[in-house]
Amino acid sequence: MSAGLAASPAADPTAGATVAAGAPARAPRGRRQRRFAAVVGKRLLHLLIVLLLVTFASFAITDLLPGDAAATVAGENATPEQIAAVRTELGLDRPMIVRYFDWLGGVLTGDLGNSFRTGQPVTEALAQRIPVSFEIAVVAQILALLVAIPLAVYSAYRPGKLIDRSSMAIGFGAAAMPHFILGMVLILLFAGGLSSILPATGFVGFFDDPLGNLKSIILPCLTLMLGEAAVYRQLLRSDMISTLQEDFILMARSKGLSPRRILFRHALRPSSFSLITLAGVNMGRLLGGAIVVEVMFAIPGLGQMVAQAVYDRDYLMLQGGILVIAVSYVVINALIDLLYAALDPRVRRRG
Amino acid sequence: MAEARETLEEPILTGNGGPTDLAAMEPDLLDVEPDQTVASGRRRRSFQFGWWLACGWLILVVGAALLAPILPLWEPGTPDYTNVAGGLSASHPLGGDAIGRDNLSRLIYGARASLLVGLSAVVLGAVIGGLLGIIAGYVGGKVERVLLTLTDATLAFPGLVLLIAAVAVFGASMTVIIVGLAVLSIPTFIRLARATTLVIVQREFVTAARAYGARPMRVMLREVVPNVVLPVAAYGFIMVGVFIVAEGSLSFLGLGIPPPTPSWGSMIAAGRTELLTHPQISLIPAAVMFVTVLSINYVGERTRKRFEVKDSNL
Repeated sequence: MSAGLAASPAADPTAGATVAAGAPARAPRGRRQRRFAAVVGKRLLHLLIVLLLVTFASFAITDLLPGDAAATVAGENATPEQIAAVRTELGLDRPMIVRYFDWLGGVLTGDLGNSFRTGQPVTEALAQRIPVSFEIAVVAQILALLVAIPLAVYSAYRPGKLIDRSSMAIGFGAAAMPHFILGMVLILLFAGGLSSILPATGFVGFFDDPLGNLKSIILPCLTLMLGEAAVYRQLLRSDMISTLQEDFILMARSKGLSPRRILFRHALRPSSFSLITLAGVNMGRLLGGAIVVEVMFAIPGLGQMVAQAVYDRDYLMLQGGILVIAVSYVVINALIDLLYAALDPRVRRRG
Repeated sequence: MAEARETLEEPILTGNGGPTDLAAMEPDLLDVEPDQTVASGRRRRSFQFGWWLACGWLILVVGAALLAPILPLWEPGTPDYTNVAGGLSASHPLGGDAIGRDNLSRLIYGARASLLVGLSAVVLGAVIGGLLGIIAGYVGGKVERVLLTLTDATLAFPGLVLLIAAVAVFGASMTVIIVGLAVLSIPTFIRLARATTLVIVQREFVTAARAYGARPMRVMLREVVPNVVLPVAAYGFIMVGVFIVAEGSLSFLGLGIPPPTPSWGSMIAAGRTELLTHPQISLIPAAVMFVTVLSINYVGERTRKRFEVKDSNL
């Protein structure tokens, strides 16, 4: 029994007070704000470059397709002259970069074309599917954090004890478990194999039937959260263990505060920076990255739309889906970067 | 001994605390807590055991995959109509799939495909990414900035989506999947190799080589590369597992290695229609894939720690 709160680093307890009171020698307010503005400006510029690259890649998908779009539109028996006429009409004879900005203009006004199969505007399809993916992602994240945070806090408080070791071992397994295998096992356990208490497929909208909605998203969310929870626990545990070595924790202990109060009020917040970052990144990833899970549980979200578009060779749908997934991923990451800079003065100072 | 080295290094790196603090500071996944003196002897042996178990499994899988043509197996593509969704029997030890093909044989031939995808994508990504990373780290300046910007841009894409787009555009084939996975892994290899290079360039033997008048090319190849190989290889080892899963995800979506070539992913995906009636068709390849990825992670994590680069340099 040595680690965690019981450890007593040989340090002057008064030193903890200054650390807890904030970083020493802060720059004057005006200069700090300017520096922060510079950081924001730099990040925004970076974001703009990456967004241009990402949108260009999404655009290029339809352009890289094998075959000549003009020839397809003109029909099978078209003469070369007719094909050339169609090409001019569609504007395909212009340089790629011109067509890209033309397309980008359409994107900005919400025009992504219509589905090749159903004729539905791509924007409309996206509007239906984004909330579904968003719900799954949010619920999965919340579940993962709810499982991971108490386990991590307790593991950091008593490292090497039963809870720590067993959650570590289970987490190691969970991290190696692909979604398509975990989902299958969950279906076997709860949706038709050993028991049938939950539906394996069939999404119910939240506003149609809240309880049915809950039931229909439990299995997909469980599939998504397990691996994340394992990673979160690991990350928070190690950050928390180093926080618990800090002098201000010793200070709190010497004031006689209860372990629970120290762990959750004093230690959790300074330990959770990297956790917040990772959770945010995963949020962006889950929005479109849950393709396998959405297909497996027939959830009508963005990921399933992308998969379906690939099967149907519905390239405008594919393009729209990938565009939204990639752009939201990039934007969420940038927002987290900024949030991080706003929250953690050290990042701000480094510039 | 890995443990011994780490306990020696930690106080130097952190500069505070005694052995009791170390137990708590050590963040890593599989670590032995040195303060638990009673249990530590037993635990060290059990670690060794687990490590050998994982290695043994990997050797078994690789060996079976290599020897598949000379092993006494059924043809992986030929159905045996007495074995349709068959259970475990003497002639078909792992039963048969939905159209009666032998599961054991498909599993072993599937290992060839899954391992081939994982290994060649990693080798491709590690060689290209590793060399670019060394150049970025050694040359610095504009080259480094351009490479890092490209790296950031590539990492901004969600991987599986990019892979699916590639398969949609170029069609599903082993080459497309291998190249796609390799491209996705290059940025991370660049970062790793660059970070390692930055550390190595500080070392005396590099200064000595430079003082000796060696050209940058020679310093990179003779002094830097040998020191970057190990961390890159250790990371690449773990990536093999990631890629096996990625191929499985693609197969699950019907976008993996096209039939008739069996792969673990396509076996799991194919058995899904029979999941509730004959779960073993999917579950056996799923278990094999899981255990393999788990073994790779376990062995890799252990090995990687020995050549760890501080994350802050990445």
